[in-house]
Amino acid sequence: MAAATGTVDLAVQTRGLAVAYRKEPVLEGIDLDLPRGTLVGLVGPNGAGKSTLLKALLGLVPLRSGWVRLLGQRGAEARRRVGYVPQRESVDWDFPATVLDVVLMGRYGRIGLFRRPSRHDREAAWQALEQVGMAPYAHRQISQLSGGQQQRVFLARALAQDAALYLMDEPLAGVDAATETAIITLLQELRAAGKTVLVVHHDLNTVEAFFDWLVLLHRRVVAAGPTAEVFTPKHLQAAYGGRLLSLPAPVGSEASAPSGVRL
Amino acid sequence: MTPHDLWILLTAVLVAASLGFVGCFLILRRLAMVGDAISHSVLLGIVVAFLLTGSTGLLPMVLGAGAAGLLSTWMVELLRRAGVQEDAATGISFTAFFGLGVVLLTLHAGDVHLDTQHVLFGDLVYVPFDILAWRGWELGPRAVWTVGGALLIAGLTTWLFFKEFKVIAFDPAFAAVVGLPVAWITWLQTGLVTLVTVAAFESVGAILAVAMLVAPGATAFLLTDRLESMLGLSVLVGVPAAVAGYGLASWFDLSIAGATATMAGLLFALALLLAPHQGLLARWRARRRTPA
Repeated sequence: MAAATGTVDLAVQTRGLAVAYRKEPVLEGIDLDLPRGTLVGLVGPNGAGKSTLLKALLGLVPLRSGWVRLLGQRGAEARRRVGYVPQRESVDWDFPATVLDVVLMGRYGRIGLFRRPSRHDREAAWQALEQVGMAPYAHRQISQLSGGQQQRVFLARALAQDAALYLMDEPLAGVDAATETAIITLLQELRAAGKTVLVVHHDLNTVEAFFDWLVLLHRRVVAAGPTAEVFTPKHLQAAYGGRLLSLPAPVGSEASAPSGVRL
Repeated sequence: MTPHDLWILLTAVLVAASLGFVGCFLILRRLAMVGDAISHSVLLGIVVAFLLTGSTGLLPMVLGAGAAGLLSTWMVELLRRAGVQEDAATGISFTAFFGLGVVLLTLHAGDVHLDTQHVLFGDLVYVPFDILAWRGWELGPRAVWTVGGALLIAGLTTWLFFKEFKVIAFDPAFAAVVGLPVAWITWLQTGLVTLVTVAAFESVGAILAVAMLVAPGATAFLLTDRLESMLGLSVLVGVPAAVAGYGLASWFDLSIAGATATMAGLLFALALLLAPHQGLLARWRARRRTPA
């Protein structure tokens, strides 16, 4: 497939991307063109390969074929301008570190070998903590945080990276309603500042309210584009198959949708 | 206390400190298995290195032990891919390497520098008699210099790469995304573990080397919630373990290495029970205060 023109305007571009775990194909033929300055939702059923797609974009899993361009560049150079929020469960929160320690890690890629965080790095970390409302917890041991607070710490660490593109793996999983609102407001601010944010999401009820772009994934890209065009019963049926027993009601409708159709 | 006793104590403390220190990152990275692989294959590596080079110098031994450690982890992977369960594959590889080491060692038991008794059980008692001399000056026991040097190298390296060690231990995927050389740092850490284990092994034998890689770090982990303090405590924990172990061994005429390792285990049990926040007692009391 020919590469599209105008790649500079694209935050994420892939062609023919395929990933396999022990010869089992997980992702196949992924062609994506995500424009800059959008808040993109990545949804699909369990095992659709959402986390794997993020890891493939970041070079954390080997590609069986295809290529990735982030912000118009390939390889490690591109990844330096990418912020990453992994799944909260991917680390051990009993690790001996404070909230500030973890957020400072967002600066480590810029500091360079043999050097310590500078005053500027510390200021960036504190600012990121302010943005997520975690500054009062800066010196708290991370094992003492609630799930929602841990999620905010990971967000702050990504903000401290001062990136142009953010890839987030379920930043809204298991957080309370107040944290969800705070996080989504923050993501919208990032978009307003011209950043691109790609978010793995699981709650179909909030998709239309949160994201202006949507990628429906089920090992392949089922549909991708503006949310209004992608979030249709036909596409959802194609992605979720028989597992989608009841489609979520449209936002603002009186019909009582089962709260949180988690698939 | 005679100078003789002090040298033995100092050696035991240095061994516990150096192993405990490098063991911290193995524990945090959940790589205690790698430590196991290295400590069990060290014997084979040392014997083969000695047979090939005819020397008991530190460098050939570190290289031999490192190669054997790699080979054993590779064998685990090979067996696992062949359908053997991972824990079974691990158990078989490590013990096979250890056994092969013992066989080779006993085959060459006549060689002066490598005798079974010394390599397996270690002879802390004889440490003060193997003196390092330079231009006629007696500089103290060779073991103190070997183990102390290994500790110094481990400490300096950790100081230089502290932030890389820290973020890779906490979240290696994130470290890779921000562009840190994760594979390279992992090799460096594996190298440090090998160096410290070989230094301890060569000076005080297998028992202390295997026992001290995990116990002091695991104890320190329970006592603090700061990485810096955990590293410091892992070094300090070795002091009471060595002193109590030496006292116990002198009193009842036991193996010093065995008694010290036992004491390290006992200290861990005490910490598990009584640690201020993470101890079982503290957690039990916290649960009683806030009924679910």
